[in-house]
Amino acid sequence: MILIFIEERDGKMKKSSLEAVSEGKRRAEDLNTELHAVLVGHNLESLASEVFPYGASKVYILESSLLSRYSTAGFAFVLNSLVEEIKPEIIFFSAGSMGRDLAPRLAAKLGVSLASDCTGTACRGGKLEVIRPIFAGKVFMTVKFKFSPQIATLRPNVFPLTEPESKEGEVVKKEVVIPEDQVKAQVEEILKEEGAELDVTEAEIVISGGRGIKGSENFDLIRELTSLLPQSAVGASRSAVDAGWIDHQHQVGQTGKTVSPNLYMAFGISGAIQHLAGMSSSEYIVAVNKDPDASIFKVADFGIVGDLFQVIPPLKEELKKVLSE
Amino acid sequence: MNILVFVKRVPDTESKIRINRETGKIEEEGLNFVLNPYDEYAVEEGLRLREANSGKVTVLTVGTEESSVILKKCLAMGADEALLLKDEAPETYDGLRIAKIIARAVEKKCSDYSLLLFGKQSVGADNAQIPSMVAELLGLPQINVVTKLEIKGDQGIAHREIEGAIEKVAFSLPSVISAQKGLNEPRYETLKGIMAAKKKEIPVLSFEDLELKEEDIASGLEIAKMETPPERQVGKIIKEEPEEAAKKLVEFLHLEAKVI
Repeated sequence: MILIFIEERDGKMKKSSLEAVSEGKRRAEDLNTELHAVLVGHNLESLASEVFPYGASKVYILESSLLSRYSTAGFAFVLNSLVEEIKPEIIFFSAGSMGRDLAPRLAAKLGVSLASDCTGTACRGGKLEVIRPIFAGKVFMTVKFKFSPQIATLRPNVFPLTEPESKEGEVVKKEVVIPEDQVKAQVEEILKEEGAELDVTEAEIVISGGRGIKGSENFDLIRELTSLLPQSAVGASRSAVDAGWIDHQHQVGQTGKTVSPNLYMAFGISGAIQHLAGMSSSEYIVAVNKDPDASIFKVADFGIVGDLFQVIPPLKEELKKVLSE
Repeated sequence: MNILVFVKRVPDTESKIRINRETGKIEEEGLNFVLNPYDEYAVEEGLRLREANSGKVTVLTVGTEESSVILKKCLAMGADEALLLKDEAPETYDGLRIAKIIARAVEKKCSDYSLLLFGKQSVGADNAQIPSMVAELLGLPQINVVTKLEIKGDQGIAHREIEGAIEKVAFSLPSVISAQKGLNEPRYETLKGIMAAKKKEIPVLSFEDLELKEEDIASGLEIAKMETPPERQVGKIIKEEPEEAAKKLVEFLHLEAKVI
């Protein structure tokens, strides 16, 4: 059986968790095995029904009021009990902030190794095989597991959702008891800025600014573009972040985030190797740069040699025209 | 307050990574190795906490003798002691293997600590596994990807970066923390620090010293293949008046790429 951990935030399921369910369904078909999912927390029953259309036949809900706020050790403790009981062969997490925090703790508890942030999975000879980028995507490694369960976290925005079907399944609700000494660190509150922007790792379109942006105030030009395009986020190169023009949360590249959106637009970014590593797996890449020799043009599907300050205003108008059609 | 900081030697981020055709492994020749950038934030945070609370900062790494270069850098930044956990095995990209070595070393050789600091991940293996795994193996709480840290007595508050928000996490010491960019501004080594670091001995611990057998730390992963990604096809590069260029770009996005 394949088990998928479902991440919930603010009463909503992460889309990347459904991507993991979808990939789990494809592997479960290969192995001719069942697909189950697990939710951990408090008051989660309404979410279970949203998982069934993507192929899970059973959803476990591990309930405890102590788990209403995230605690890595607490979550790992109850997941471990479930895994020991139902013995899945494969466990997938989304490689978002929760999965990347929780999966290694669970893996260590189970005494098995983990493959992080995978961008591909397959089954060969009844065993899981995954692809994981290392050096932020400069190299791709194919990895197999020597022990069971085979645990992997899957990079958000990479695995396609399956077509949802109107299916029902079984909900198994378990009240779990956690020793209090398991919860020595716990989220007190989630601080969200007013009008917080979409994260670059979750966006379908990432529009980034680099050194050519020249100042923090000019990131407003980028924001004007993202405000026109749904599911888009503001990115930045390391030079722009190190200059203090924008928060490091926006940084794309080897000491920032690795992204693979449908569309990546680079404004005033020269294309240092550490930046290219973080965005080269994007579906389409657009670059605008004054320097015709900029390395970014080597990976661009469409490049404009020109001044971003002159290109963005007409670009906005053209986008508005197309979007209003 | 005794603090242990775990660091790793990695190729710098400007490195072009090549695969050796014969071995199928990463070609190390010609690479410039540095202290993992995220570990610099961990070292800096350790030094600041020591300055505010007294105690000792010890830096540790798992690796070959060549890793003593980065330990020297940490000493030059101001760390009190360094320890090399000698591992001659080639990189396995298995976080659990390294976590087991670290956990054993902490238990056997440096069990008097309040805080274990790591970088949030190494640039290279990109696993981000070891802090969580060490926390589990030692039964400690963990807070990863931390951009702000406050400690009072045996209690702490950490800000942990998540997608588009910050988790404010309350925890008790001892604890494992992994550092994200933004936590602080790492200091440069001073000349005085460099001179002092030169004089410091770096003790080396072998697996034997740690009573670790090879089978205890065998990799649980098998690397079937390593390859560099295919080069992207060169696209259309235009140089025209901004209005015309913008129009052509939107046409491309809308009609050809169909992303808008």
